Order: sequence, then C-alpha cells, then structure tokens
Amino acid sequence: MSEVDLIEGFRDPEHMKALAALIKKECKSKINIMEVCGGHTHTIMKFGLSQILPEFIEFVHGPGCPVCIMPKERIDHAIALASMPNTILATLGDMIRVPGSKTSLQKLRAEGKDIRSLYSPLDVIKIAQENPDKNVVFFAIGFETTTPMSAVLMQHTIENKLTNVFFHINHVTVPEAVEAIMGDGNALIDAFLGPSHVSVITGYKIYEPIAEKYHTPIVVAGFEPTDVMESVLRIVRQVNEGKSVVDNEYARAVSREGNLKAQALVNTYFEKRTHFRWRGIGDIPNSALKLRAEYAAFDAEIVFDDVLPKTELNDHKLCICGDILKGRAKPFDCKVFGKACTPTNPMGSCMVSSEGACSAYFKYGKLNLKGARA
Amino acid sequence: MSKKILLSHGGGGEETQNLIKELFFKHFDNEILLRMEDAASLVMESTKIAFTTDSFVVSPLFFKGGNIGKLAIAGTVNDLSMMGAKPKYLTCSFMIEEGFEYAKLEEIVISMRDEMAKSGVKIVAGDTKVVPRGGVDGLFINTAGIGEIQYEGISAHNLAEGDVIIVSNEVGNHGACILATREEIELESDLQTDCASLWKPVEALINAGVKIHALRDATRGGLSAVLNEWAETSKVCIEVDEAKIPVAQEVKGVCELLGFEPYEFANEGTMVICLPQSEAQKALDVLQRFPETTKCALIGKVTTAFTCKVVLHTPWGSERFLEPPKGELLPRIC
Repeated sequence: MSEVDLIEGFRDPEHMKALAALIKKECKSKINIMEVCGGHTHTIMKFGLSQILPEFIEFVHGPGCPVCIMPKERIDHAIALASMPNTILATLGDMIRVPGSKTSLQKLRAEGKDIRSLYSPLDVIKIAQENPDKNVVFFAIGFETTTPMSAVLMQHTIENKLTNVFFHINHVTVPEAVEAIMGDGNALIDAFLGPSHVSVITGYKIYEPIAEKYHTPIVVAGFEPTDVMESVLRIVRQVNEGKSVVDNEYARAVSREGNLKAQALVNTYFEKRTHFRWRGIGDIPNSALKLRAEYAAFDAEIVFDDVLPKTELNDHKLCICGDILKGRAKPFDCKVFGKACTPTNPMGSCMVSSEGACSAYFKYGKLNLKGARA
Repeated sequence: MSKKILLSHGGGGEETQNLIKELFFKHFDNEILLRMEDAASLVMESTKIAFTTDSFVVSPLFFKGGNIGKLAIAGTVNDLSMMGAKPKYLTCSFMIEEGFEYAKLEEIVISMRDEMAKSGVKIVAGDTKVVPRGGVDGLFINTAGIGEIQYEGISAHNLAEGDVIIVSNEVGNHGACILATREEIELESDLQTDCASLWKPVEALINAGVKIHALRDATRGGLSAVLNEWAETSKVCIEVDEAKIPVAQEVKGVCELLGFEPYEFANEGTMVICLPQSEAQKALDVLQRFPETTKCALIGKVTTAFTCKVVLHTPWGSERFLEPPKGELLPRIC
C-alpha cells in the first residue's frame, strides 16, 4: 500500500490552488453542476471545495446514494425477511441503520434476530455453508458498481450447489435516474460530474445520449479532490466553448466500454425491472434490476412473497429529501435538518448513509454557512 | 494435545492455586502480590492519589505490535499518567473462557510483565475466573490502578486562547491495525498498533518543568473525540492544520478504502497535550527523545473563533468543523 502513492499526489496543495486559480480565471457565468454520485458529494464537502471555487460554481447533489434512494417499503421487506424464523439476513454497510416504517435492522438485531453486516457479498457463501439448516437472504443494494459482486455471488451459489441462499435485489442504474431528473424540464442543471466507480464497470459510453439530448457537458471524475477540481475546470472549458460532450477525467480507471466481463456476468443473471420506486423521486421506469426468471428459485421476492408488505410508504411530510435528490433544495433548506433529523436519529433517507447529502452537510458542511465565522 | 484452561482452574481449589503460582506469580513476581492476602496492603508516599479502572475486551486478542495483555497494562498506566500521576500499583482480573490455550495465556501474561517493566508499575492483587464456553469471547481482562500525582492541575477545563496543541505520535494506528486484522476484512498490511506506556515521556515533561494545561490519551474516538471534549469543556475553539497531523500512509490507505477518518480511530499510546505556546518547543524537544513519542508534532492552537468547536484547515485554504465521532465505528477495539 505504501509503495504506490494513491492519495497524496491527488491532494497536493499547490496543484489544488493552481486548479482553483484557473477555474476562477476562466469561469465567466453561473454553472450548476450536479454530482450524481454520493461519493463526490462526500469529497466536495469533506475537502471544502465550494470554499475555494468561485460563486459561479454551484453543486447540486444528485441521487447517487443507493441507501438513500431505497423506499421505506423495501426496507420493510428487509425487516420482514430478517424476522422470519431460521433466517440470516446479510447486507452491506449503512443499510443496517436505515429506519423502515416501524423499526430498523439495527434494532431488530439488538432484539436477537440474526443480521450480518458484510464487507464482501461473497461472505454469504461461508455463512450459508456454516448454517445449512438456515435460510440466508442477501439484501443486495447499490448502483452498477456493486451489481457485479451480486452476480458473482449468484454464480458461486450455483457452483456450490447451495439451496439456502436467497437474493432480494435492489440494484439500480444511473442513466435512467439522470433521465428522470432532467426529463421533467424543471431541473436547473447545466453539467454533470459523472460517477467514478459506476463508470469503471459501465464505461463512459452510457452518458453519451444524456449529454447529447440535454446539451450538458458530462465529465467522469475520480473521487480525489484534484480529480473533482480538474473535472470542474474541464466543465468550465466546455461551457466556454459551447460544447456538451462526455469527457473522461478518471482515465486511470475508466474506459469508454468499461468492464465487459462484469457487464456480461450481470447480464447472465439480471434483467431490467419495468418499474422501481425511488425514495423521494417516485417511479422510474427501467431503473432497476431483478433476477432473471430462470433463477426464480433464488429470488426472495418470489419465494417469500407472502411475508413481504406491499403498501407504498412515503417520508414524513416535513422531510424534503425528494427535493434534495432532485437538486431543487439544499439540506440547509430543510426545517428538520440537524434538529429533529440527525445521523444518530435520521428522519429522511439523505441523513442515513454517510454518502447522503444531508449526512455530508451535517458532518462537514456547517462552516459553509454564510456568516458562520465570527 | 495442547494444554487448556479448564473450569476447574477457576474453581478456587488446588488447580486454581497451581495456575496462580505457576503462571501469575511466576511472571508478576513481587513481594506484595506473593503475600497472598485477601487485599494488598500498600504504603503511598503522597496523599495525592489518582485511581482508575478499565476493562479490555479487544477482538482479536493478538494483533501486530501487541495483544490484550499489553493493552491492559498500557491502558491503565496511561490513564494514570494523563493525570500527572506516577503509576504505582495495579490490580488485574482475568475472565477466561473454558478451553482457552494455556500457551496463549502465558504469552499474554509475559507481555503484561514486559509492559509493566517500562513504567515500574506492579500488579499487587488479582482475580481469576473461568466461565463456560460462550461466557466470554476467549479472554477479558480488567485492570485498576493507583498512582501518585506528581503534577497537579491538569484538566480539560484549562484550555485558553494562545495555547497550542501537540500530538505525541501518528494518529489512528491502533484502530486501523485492529480493523485490518479483522478476519472479515482481510487486508494485508505491516501496520502496527501504537500501544505503549506513556509514563516515561510524561515524567520527562514534568521533570523538564514544562507547564501542561491539559493532557489526554486519544483512545476510543481518537484525536477528534479528545479535541471536541476539550473545546466543549473549556468553551473554546481548537483550530488544527490537517497537513501537520501525523498520519501513517497505511492508515490513510485503510481510511480511504473503508471510508473512515484517521482522526476518529483509536490510539493506545498516543497523547494530546495542550500547553502555552511558550512551552511548545521545550515539550517537543523532550518528546523527541523517546521512541514512542518521536513523531510528535504541533498541530494547532486554541482560539475564540467559535465556541465549543474544532476547526480543521486544509492545506489549500478551505476549512470545516471536525465533528465528534458518532455511532458504531468499530466495536471492541480495546
């Protein structure tokens, strides 16, 4: 790890200052840039990038946090599945903390239900082998980045002839979400920072139709501070030249075609859902995946259909996560932000995950408030 | 078959006596302990006494650069040292799971002996319980300690404008090391815990006449928790320069991979010192003489820009509040 510098070079103070000076010099008009991915929201807030950029550059925080966009009824699915007898529910990271309509997986775990928080989906294989008399349900979340890992898990489940592993698939896709935001014509978005890790898998070709249709420059950016600054500069230059094309700043990891092997594996096991409800945004057609019909025996939504609640649930009426996800409001515009809604006791989805816009503002953003410094 | 700890080792009978004599007395050997009374009878030179206790439940029990035993000694020695107290006597309770390997227990006991030698502290009373399988996870240790206060007035209430903040070592090594050792993560790394007894450098600071306002070892919650508690308690602002905070490259790597902040990671041999600016150079000169504090650095200052806040300055001129750590970061790191 220490032999290759993957951190310091991308945070070099002189490089940062030089990029900030160039952007300041070249940016001549207001540009609203949506960073689609929660990882970029995190970078922008953690490293205080808005503070060193001109006021013309406004970041709009997009819907790219998989935990945040999960509607409450699907969290209730996880809770219902975990509550079944003889069941182990396994999922990734922050999902454990998200409140459903009545409880969270974290609280259920404290009551004695067997809920595992994984770093790698492949741990499910070991859990299933060690517990042959139990059903192991993998509650899969994430954008195109994590979908290949679920596909590999499916492959290993079949290869190991495991019959006690089930999948509840909540994988969602970026282009349809961006289309949904731009499609209603109300979005004030001039350009996009394209996601880093999603693009490693999909390739940057998936953004070309969006750039063309909405005349928005899209720069695929890495997650480090200099990546974001360099990408903002490239957006400014496109705007100045009247261009709107897909550009790839994260060339050290992203190609036009992406990871073809991963894409093929995903296509083997998954197909598009016609409908998927996004928290705060609503139904977005073709924006999510499900297991193909031939793998129905592994599909928790089919096998355990009788225990899964069907009612659609919306957020508390004071919560404005929907507007935040669409870029129409900032976390500070919310009446309950930091008061009734905090990372320890989140009311809305954007406060739950560390990648959520509200959580990032809560943790890093208070000094960005105008007049904060005495 | 390897020798195991049995329930009978905690039964209070012959097997218990054998375990105590052959293992604990052999390594913790001192006159007060060997008297085997119901309680240790102690004579203290000072009437100003510091008294503390801590329980150690770290998982895994062994990690790079230490184990639960070293941690159990250094942890309590450091709690006393942070009050300016010379660590004198410890008690030690072992709660052992039936079937625990004798050889592992001896390895832990030997590292406790070696760690005690660094500060001169002694275990003068102890207790051993063996619980059925599943009762504890391998081994838990509690240590309590008393020390004689050599420097009075150290307090989290003391921070004042014009003071500066020093950390004694790189931050985050212990938390990152434990995280990397966890079986579910499988990171290969040479990262070692910073686990160390800090009495020697603290004693040297006192002997050099350094004026200390506040002193704390940055254990659970890390640097961030200490600075936020101080800012809150003294109703001041602490402003730190991110570029000056020493963080090992590997710790930065672990943090980037898993989405943590090094400032929130636990340390087990790293202290934070607040003192008047005029004392800073003298303190740094003293600390640089000790291997466990040679990487010390001045990282920031106390101001009145905000009340009860910690401000982190980036090297390119932006700033943010360093919020206190929240939620479940890492269970059972110490």
